[in-house]
Amino acid sequence: MLNRQGRPTTPGTSDSAAPHTFTGNRALDQTEPLLFEVGRLETTGVDYEAPKKVKARLGGLARKGEIGLPGLSEPEAMRHYVRLSQKNYGIDTGLFPLGSCTMKHNPRLNERMARLPGFGDVHPLQPVSTVQGALELMHTLAHWLTELTGMDAVALSPKAGAHGELCGMMAIKAAIEAKGEAETRRIVLVPDSAHGTNPATAALLQFEVRPVPVREDGTVDPESVKALLGPDVAAIMLTNPNTCGLFEKDIVAIADAMHDAGAYFYCDGANYNAIVGKARPGDLGVDAMHINLHKTFSTPHGGGGPGSGPVVLSERLAPFAPVPFVRHTDQGFELVEDTHQAEKHGAHSFGRITAFQGQMGMFVRALSYMLSHGADGVRQASEDAVLNANYIRAGLADLMSLPFGNKPCMHEVLFDDHWLKDTGVSTLDFAKAMIDEGYHPMTVYFPLVVHGAMLIEPTESESRASLDLFIATLRDLAMAAKRGDKERFTGAPYFAPVRRLDETRAARNPVLKWMPPEPISEAAE
Amino acid sequence: MRYLPLSDTDRTDMLAKIGVKHIDELFADIPADKLQHHLPQLPVHKGELEVERLLGRMAARNVPASTVPFFVGAGAYKHHVPSTVDHLIQRSEFLTSYTPYQPEIAQGTLQYLFEFQTQVAALTGMEVANASMYDGSTACGEAVLMAHRVTKRNKAILSGGLHPHYAEVVRTLSRMAGDKVETLPPDLKASENLLDKIDDTVSCVVIQTPDFFGNLRDLRAIAEKCHANGALLIAVFTEIMSLGLITPPGEMGADIVVGEGQSIGNGLIYGGPYVGLFTTKSKYIRQMPGRLCGQTVDADGNRGFVLTLSTREQHIRRDKATSNICTNSGLCTLAFTIHMSLLGQTGLKRVAEINHANAVHLADLLSGLKGISVLNDSFFNEFTVRLPGNAADTVERLAAHSVMAGVPVSRLLPGSGLDDLLIIANTEVNTDEDRAALVSGLKEIFSC
Repeated sequence: MLNRQGRPTTPGTSDSAAPHTFTGNRALDQTEPLLFEVGRLETTGVDYEAPKKVKARLGGLARKGEIGLPGLSEPEAMRHYVRLSQKNYGIDTGLFPLGSCTMKHNPRLNERMARLPGFGDVHPLQPVSTVQGALELMHTLAHWLTELTGMDAVALSPKAGAHGELCGMMAIKAAIEAKGEAETRRIVLVPDSAHGTNPATAALLQFEVRPVPVREDGTVDPESVKALLGPDVAAIMLTNPNTCGLFEKDIVAIADAMHDAGAYFYCDGANYNAIVGKARPGDLGVDAMHINLHKTFSTPHGGGGPGSGPVVLSERLAPFAPVPFVRHTDQGFELVEDTHQAEKHGAHSFGRITAFQGQMGMFVRALSYMLSHGADGVRQASEDAVLNANYIRAGLADLMSLPFGNKPCMHEVLFDDHWLKDTGVSTLDFAKAMIDEGYHPMTVYFPLVVHGAMLIEPTESESRASLDLFIATLRDLAMAAKRGDKERFTGAPYFAPVRRLDETRAARNPVLKWMPPEPISEAAE
Repeated sequence: MRYLPLSDTDRTDMLAKIGVKHIDELFADIPADKLQHHLPQLPVHKGELEVERLLGRMAARNVPASTVPFFVGAGAYKHHVPSTVDHLIQRSEFLTSYTPYQPEIAQGTLQYLFEFQTQVAALTGMEVANASMYDGSTACGEAVLMAHRVTKRNKAILSGGLHPHYAEVVRTLSRMAGDKVETLPPDLKASENLLDKIDDTVSCVVIQTPDFFGNLRDLRAIAEKCHANGALLIAVFTEIMSLGLITPPGEMGADIVVGEGQSIGNGLIYGGPYVGLFTTKSKYIRQMPGRLCGQTVDADGNRGFVLTLSTREQHIRRDKATSNICTNSGLCTLAFTIHMSLLGQTGLKRVAEINHANAVHLADLLSGLKGISVLNDSFFNEFTVRLPGNAADTVERLAAHSVMAGVPVSRLLPGSGLDDLLIIANTEVNTDEDRAALVSGLKEIFSC
């Protein structure tokens, strides 16, 4: 078909291969050099007046020589970073079923609230009388978190999930020291299915890590915990719901056993989003649990951070919480900033784990999310997240293998690679082929307790139509793998901004920053 | 509920397809007596308008830095961030992406991390930078742990000029990890004798420049003594903008340089999120904590970027990892990188000069007041003054008159007997009118 100007309006039949472009660009997919290759040393994208003329007081330490960092004008900077953004996949791009990471919708109302000058433009050390609203916000967030979890107190300052783990385990260590058992209680139990941060945290605090096997149904058997218990055990670090996407059905028995042995129960709350409003960790016997505000309460992941990991604490651990913390008095809100001041309020704080008060920007976003959802909405979100994961399970169970049987899961469903046996396609190949179909892959090769793990977490943010298309696509891919269409997988991705990347080469010969090219010597020309 | 796409019909149909009658059958593993049948005792859902009203009311009870003459620093600084930065970091593909574990569809994140690492290494004068830490204080704590791994010793010496919160973070971590720390007394005039503390039992010396009181430190003699004794020198900064004007720690012999990057690209946000910077020498990279981005090629031989050297990290090494950290300050590093690209070395030098000149100008004005003295011989954009009265009270009284005068030393070092000291920061945002308001406020209080 030609239009009235004689321009064809339908694509020609494509039996010819696409030509290589002269630029290396492919329409919207632009190649973009490093900023150091486009910028110039004398360029700047900011305009300032000349400084006042004064006698410098730099004590003879003025910087000599060039820093060596080029600048960009504003339009160049804009284009550079917009082009880079277009090489990224985000939640807003499409379904992002990364298990254990909870890639749910990030409401933009939260962004607007965090940017209110009263939150975004206040200094952590300006007088407390001038930040009463900020402290009120922290106090309100703390109330929501303790109410939802049924716990006694919350430490808001941890900067991320792993920092929260560190904080919670420090509180446990402080409690053990207070009982005079620091020398004897040196072992922390960690199930094989745990996130790597759990053993790393315990080891950092000089605990000896002892693994707990996972039984055949994917959960921890209280009997295997009891077998390891003794006066030398400090705590267990148990994720619930666990990394296999299952609720630890014997969690109460495990908690009781820990407490009977004089030890503590640290719960990794990475998957708390499955049970908000459905079950309270405080009722299950948990002593400390971090909450990833960037998972459960929708603060943006931002390409890997910043996170925020408040820790809820039981009555037994609450007195050991880190400084600072907020108190509400008749005079208003007070910020308790050091351990001596904390003593006056009857607390035995173990100290400080970060400068200032924590990730305020994330507190605002999380509270904005909570207020929006309300008690009814957070519960509905948990139910929808679990419903969506089970819908995917039901849609794929006949084609892909479920290591613990076809039974209900929580907010994520775990497959292994048994079903790919003899296809020549690995879990990684399958994941890369999903990229070509327009999806972000699921979490792969984690948890370590199943072979070739594929952990799918759709979250509550997906519509039924979106889930149906996802299931249909995975079924198409699974059948392609089974019928031997191997190149579709092993060569994937074919349509991403780059093809599969050589990670071995990157590690063997680390190039960790840009270096100016060697000048071409005149003799060589 | 506007964030939940499923309708009740969807839910019913989906339950049927799964083969259960009620949603609670999917929660059957929760012990029956622990399953919540009632809603939490919290308010129900709200529309955007109501949430804006509620949070807007809280925000209105705070005094934003931009609305008053503002001289508060001591670890976080009010700077002007170009409008481009906030626009770009809110692009969906940056904001809503995850850690780049699937590098083929995360080249945007990876390339800016590579640019970030290059910028941070150049600013600090060091060979390698990681992809960032939570903040300056936690980066400082991690630096001490790294020095212990490198030297196989476990005793750190902390300068009395180190930010008190940073020192507390190191002490908490060290006490919990069973390591030793010696903290020198508050060092108002950079006159402490660190050299005598260094012997062959010391793992590292931690020294800040510009220090907590604003003084600039020459690190060369300390670096030499450290190296002669097999110890590492950890240099710390809380004001990255100072490196536009002063000799970077890397050129003075530091082995690890860590600090706070908030000043470039990031707002005050009541203390976080910020961006911790971490740099070291190439020979130590395998002992370094945190994520690293490296260059490689794809299957067609084209340049690309990936996270690398992950064998140091917790998801591979578990209890043998160099750190338990599994995140960086992603979006804050992006803000840093964009702002730094706009500045370039030319713009950075210019804005750093303005900071210094404004601070010198204010120091001279304050030195002219009877009974007030500036303690520093050298400084960048922040210095300490001795007042003829209590600094915390002075700050409160001036705040009541809408002037934010600075940070009383007693707030961070309570019980140290330094109640008359005030730390004053002055950046490019402060005008002659701001300085005049501070001067006249102090004059009125102290009749000087």
